[in-house]
Amino acid sequence: MFISFFKIGAFTLGGGYAMVALIQKEVVDNKKWVDKEEFVDMLALAQSSPGPLAVNTAVFVGYKTAGISGSIATTLGTVMPSFLIILLVAVFFIGIKDNPLVESIFKGLRPAVVALIASPIYSMAKNAKVDRKNVIIPIIAAILVAFVDLSPIYIILIAAVGGIVYYSRKGRKA
Amino acid sequence: MIYLQLLLSFIKIGLFSFGGGYAMLPMIEKEVVDINHWISQKEFIDIVAISQSTPGPISINSATYIGYKTGGVLGSVMATFGVVLPSFVIMLIICKFFLKFKGNKYMEAALSGLRPVVIGLIAAAATSLIGESFIDYKSIIIFAVVFIATFKFKVDPIIMIVVSGIAGAILY
Repeated sequence: MFISFFKIGAFTLGGGYAMVALIQKEVVDNKKWVDKEEFVDMLALAQSSPGPLAVNTAVFVGYKTAGISGSIATTLGTVMPSFLIILLVAVFFIGIKDNPLVESIFKGLRPAVVALIASPIYSMAKNAKVDRKNVIIPIIAAILVAFVDLSPIYIILIAAVGGIVYYSRKGRKA
Repeated sequence: MIYLQLLLSFIKIGLFSFGGGYAMLPMIEKEVVDINHWISQKEFIDIVAISQSTPGPISINSATYIGYKTGGVLGSVMATFGVVLPSFVIMLIICKFFLKFKGNKYMEAALSGLRPVVIGLIAAAATSLIGESFIDYKSIIIFAVVFIATFKFKVDPIIMIVVSGIAGAILY
């Protein structure tokens, strides 16, 4: 199991949703540790709990197949490749960071990173059912975090409580 | 106690990072740049760029990097352990009580509240990185090209990372 998830961890560039397809292939199709329906349910749960999707999925599959020791093995497997690679990068990068060529490369990369973060926002907003009526919510959240400097922790807590209050009221009216 | 600080800080990050990926960025940035001053904002953007081109979730990548920078190998172990711990514990609890959580009314309601906010957090991440990234008209051009390529033409982000790195080497 450790090896399976090590493989998943090592080959998922871009993180998150790119990993899902790979995990599904390995644990559902190849190893048959969980069936397809369970995998879909699990994905919903993994998305609703904090932390990276890949780690959450690994914990679930590990637990399902071999209990707590299984989930420790799968979690370590998922985390280990990125840990080792970044450790190498850090050792190397901290040494060459001030090299003029490296600095030039990063001058090109920085605006690209902003674009890469910004470009999925529209399709994600559509998926999250953001429409004209509630578009004010993400806008306020963004302004509070980016300009008012409010900690995202409060935003998350307010949003969760707000969701519960809103939907329980709506439920009562109906 | 830098190790304990790293551990606690990254537990906090792990605990409140809903929505995955980019939605975690404001949380990480707040903790490591604004509160603890472990790295500069510029370095933070560089870590995001590195994370884009290496495997694994961005929260783990930044934990490992920042941990190493502030506390060597042991520091990176502590930070990485911290960031994974909350997801691990919470997922185990969910697994144990799988059926109870599935379709829970309050859980669903809380998540519906979170969903639009996560979009806001991602927008905040992009906005707060503009200051250090847009240094001249050339960087605005790079931004526009990458944005159009990924948004309109669905070009793989990794390709755009390579292209803009080369562009940076040539232009600056």
